[in-house]
Amino acid sequence: MLDNIDKKIISFLNESFPVESRPYKKIADELNITEEEVLSRVKGYKDTGKLRKMGAVLRHRNVGFKTNVLCVWKVSEDKFKEVADIMLTESAITHCYSRVSYPEWPYNFYTMIHAADKTECENIVKRLSEKTKLEDYKMLYSIFEWKKESMKYFT
Amino acid sequence: MITEFDKKLLNYIQTNLPISSTPFADMAKELGSTEEIVLNRVKELKDAGYIRKIGAFFNSEKLGYVSALVAVKLDNKYIEQIAEKISSYSGVTHNYQREGEFEIWFTLSALTEAEQEEILNEIRSQKGVESVLKLPAIDKYRVNVQFELV
Repeated sequence: MLDNIDKKIISFLNESFPVESRPYKKIADELNITEEEVLSRVKGYKDTGKLRKMGAVLRHRNVGFKTNVLCVWKVSEDKFKEVADIMLTESAITHCYSRVSYPEWPYNFYTMIHAADKTECENIVKRLSEKTKLEDYKMLYSIFEWKKESMKYFT
Repeated sequence: MITEFDKKLLNYIQTNLPISSTPFADMAKELGSTEEIVLNRVKELKDAGYIRKIGAFFNSEKLGYVSALVAVKLDNKYIEQIAEKISSYSGVTHNYQREGEFEIWFTLSALTEAEQEEILNEIRSQKGVESVLKLPAIDKYRVNVQFELV
């Protein structure tokens, strides 16, 4: 279970990781604990899967990936794994999830694709459609970003 | 402008900033550079808008949160006020307008199922909202916002 120190460390790492020589020492000093303790807790989050990664996320539009499309597919549930294996061969797919569906929205397999432009997105989807033999899909291009920020935990 | 060194640095820092006492010095060693150069360049790339965030990326479910993607069908006349209402929740981190019959797509994280439902019901009651679909994940096959720069 997470205690109050964990919650403070998590907020710190998530929202204001210090870009300096000894970032974990800085966090330790703020919380009045030792650097070793911070490091050992952070390694613990990683080992238990709470922490996906320490690192950076880029602003995709600024590094040449200007178009994003959420492509949704209708997949028979017993084929999820098989379809996922094919989808993941494309590095342009940044997120790949199966999700619940509804009668008014039968799509249950979601792939987020980031690419340079619409043509590239379409080529990727066409390839995937051929490889997976899935024909019922929709490409939901983003028109406007109303909000995009990192989750703030335990606030 | 992005240099060849920047590409190396950005490819590296996206995947794995070492969890160690001196992560930037360790990274510099891997890149054949110095800690000072790496720290300065990371700050510059962040200020210039190439790096959106540097730090920890958590699995919110493992921290105890329930999350879902939510699709909203609405009367386009009211889209702006509906989108702003949705964005006002701190548990909503991504909120996009997309092509198609469901025009708004957002992600919602909450500490309990009850809190999640309460927020969705508030959104359902907004003027112009026709349908709100909660789409929690069944399985996640890739969660990996990584862009290889070549």
